[in-house]
Amino acid sequence: MQKPHTFDRFLIQRLGISFISLVAALTMIPIIVVFGYIIFRGAPAISWQFLAAMPRDGMRAGGILPAIVGTFYLTLGTAVFSVPIGIAAAIYLSEYARENWITRLIRIAIINLAGIPSVVYGLFGLGLFVLFLKFGTSILSASLTLSIMTLPVIISAAEEALRAVPQSFRTVSISLGGTRWQTIRKIVLPQALPGIITGVILGLERAAGETAPILFTGAAFFLPHLPNSPLDATMALPYHLFVISTQVPGMPIQIQYGTALVLIVFVLGMNIAATVIRSRARAKRQW
Amino acid sequence: MKKSLTWTETLITAVIKTCGYSAIVFVILIFFFLLREGVPTLAEVKLGELFSTRWYPIEAHYGILPLITGSVIVTVGAMLIAIPFGIGTAVFLSEIAPRWLREILKPLVELLGGLPSVVLGFLGILVLTPYLRILLNLPTGLTALAGALLLGGIAVPTTVSIAEDALDSVPQGYREGALALGATKWQTIWRVTLPAAKSGVLTALMLGIGRTIGETMAVMMVTGNAPVMAVKLSSIVSPVRTMTATIAAEMGEVANGSTYYHVLFFIGLVLFLISLVVNIIASSVVFKSKKRAERVLS
Amino acid sequence: MDKIVIQDLNLQYPTGPQSLKDINLSIPANAITVLFGPAGGGKSSLLRCVNRLNDIIDVKSLTGRILLDGENVLDPKVDVIALRRRVGMVFARPVVLPMSIRENMTYGLELAGEKRKSRLEDAVERGLKHAALWEEVRERLDDPAIALSGGQQQRLCLARVLANQPEVILLDEPTSGLDPISTGKVETALQELKKDYTVVIVPHSVQQAARIADYGAFFLQGELIEAAEGKELFTQPKVKRTEDYVEGRFG
Repeated sequence: MQKPHTFDRFLIQRLGISFISLVAALTMIPIIVVFGYIIFRGAPAISWQFLAAMPRDGMRAGGILPAIVGTFYLTLGTAVFSVPIGIAAAIYLSEYARENWITRLIRIAIINLAGIPSVVYGLFGLGLFVLFLKFGTSILSASLTLSIMTLPVIISAAEEALRAVPQSFRTVSISLGGTRWQTIRKIVLPQALPGIITGVILGLERAAGETAPILFTGAAFFLPHLPNSPLDATMALPYHLFVISTQVPGMPIQIQYGTALVLIVFVLGMNIAATVIRSRARAKRQW
Repeated sequence: MKKSLTWTETLITAVIKTCGYSAIVFVILIFFFLLREGVPTLAEVKLGELFSTRWYPIEAHYGILPLITGSVIVTVGAMLIAIPFGIGTAVFLSEIAPRWLREILKPLVELLGGLPSVVLGFLGILVLTPYLRILLNLPTGLTALAGALLLGGIAVPTTVSIAEDALDSVPQGYREGALALGATKWQTIWRVTLPAAKSGVLTALMLGIGRTIGETMAVMMVTGNAPVMAVKLSSIVSPVRTMTATIAAEMGEVANGSTYYHVLFFIGLVLFLISLVVNIIASSVVFKSKKRAERVLS
Repeated sequence: MDKIVIQDLNLQYPTGPQSLKDINLSIPANAITVLFGPAGGGKSSLLRCVNRLNDIIDVKSLTGRILLDGENVLDPKVDVIALRRRVGMVFARPVVLPMSIRENMTYGLELAGEKRKSRLEDAVERGLKHAALWEEVRERLDDPAIALSGGQQQRLCLARVLANQPEVILLDEPTSGLDPISTGKVETALQELKKDYTVVIVPHSVQQAARIADYGAFFLQGELIEAAEGKELFTQPKVKRTEDYVEGRFG
């Protein structure tokens, strides 16, 4: 009586597990294909000239230095605005805020900021920074726009890192005569720092790869020289890739793949840095 | 005994509190600016015209329905891909794969999630769309299907990541209890573990949807940018245009302050409100699960 | 010569029954006062009122006075920072800060703004000696505190409090996780410390209470049932409930 039933269940299990494994494999394949394609077809384009020289012939030859420099400036600009505000907001949520309706409202606001489409950020940046505040199409406008977009990522990651610090440390610090800020400054923040840095890097990585927010706020395609001030427009890797793959006739495929490769190395390099920081900090933790 | 709270600390506390409220300020600011530039549309374009089926701004036709249907068809297509592959892969990583495999594959999936969408769009143009054109014998590979595939690819890592975390945090005791009662591993997954992780998985899906609706570059590059009503079954293999792509593609060519300009902002406003609704639904799901967890653990 | 006088203290948290009901208790200086009784009696809550640690959690209502040398510490105008330096606390689980032993010791003084190296070094040595830990760690003060054993960590927590040169030491079940030898070391240290400090301790067992108490107070579900000199309270308690608890008939 029992045997046929058991046989059925295990057969279903074997089929099911095979099916799920197939699904997972199918998911992995595109990932490997994507990386494979870009690495193999982009690598031949990479040379010192490609990375360090200015472009020629309407971008069809030469290097992509201004795009690399531009992305670097934009990332830096984003960091300048979003990191201090983001960490401070996280400290507020973790260490000061009580669980009432206004805190709940702040959290909803953060979730919403995280969900707004990137092109809507571009519109907002255009409306506020470029036009209303008259910053024009500039690194400043683009950085400010990207900062607001990056804020929720940093706040979430930083808050999580702060909350992970054991409450008992705070209690001890207070009982020894510490104020709230002293406790944060001397114990909580230093202990949460690796987690915060990881979150910051991941947030900035996202900002570095975005195109839509910078489309109307700071990105330019053809600039004869590197930007001189934050009020200049700039080239940027994601925007550059977009234009050369869709709007420039006669664009050598190799340069396109090369640009894509540089972009993902930039972005994923940050990802790897963040992961390394996270695992090293976990090993050195004194709690 | 007197108070010894210093001046500096009061100042720092004030700065921190201000930054804490900043998120609310920014959301309101964004909403306000979209309203400011988008609402004039309602004065300049008749409502009937706005929701008509013709998007041809050069001749002052501002019907946004084709754009909405374009977004919908691509999003729905993307979710049809992301849900099975996302949850399936999450289940595989969390419940079936051996430890060492999981340690390799999970970072790989997260790596895909970190890829800028313009890179995926780029590969989409060069590799995916020609392939689709040949495979399905179409006039062009720039279709809603291409968009759905790419967006699925973008939504999957987010979905996998969060769903896998949700499955992982189901207490081991649940699984052991089920196995002790004689269930097979397979039955345990579907009848015990997955339902237990329900709210986390739902959150994962909602966040995946959110990412999909808001995606701009990848869709702009592969969906063909034809603002037609995407309501027939064959629409999935024809070019369409999404709301996001419309804004991105046409904003650069628009005169400041013109009706066209206002309409694009109006579309942005629509997108903002959609993401607001999706996020509020998602966050209420998350909040419920947190409260339940707190009750369970106390 | 009462160091602390508690008058009509009532404490209610947002949830649950009233934690402390009409507590009136005097705690003498330079002696070990033991607050004992079964769980839920309000003893820990009382300790946390004395150093105003309850400020950091949600409290529904707190009325009454706690006089430290005649001044009410519950007065909102009181400088709680200074108060917490005068009244130190050791918790049930040893909580060493994620730093070296030396840094744990100097933490309290650094909070107060003390920067002079000589003062800090003195405090480190003095505190560790009074907590009977100096000999064991003098060679490795810069090692992470987490490397110490459980018993050593708890003595470090005591030493850390002593570095602040308090007047009162509150201990909330300090030896509950420790082995008998470490427990003995802590109890011996307390006997020495009471000569210079006022010690108030919630013991983790009636036996410990009986061992070390100069004065004792028996708490049951938020009420103070009986308070008397140690020898009397544990051998000839006046109230039946005290006697029942001391003799192990419930608990």
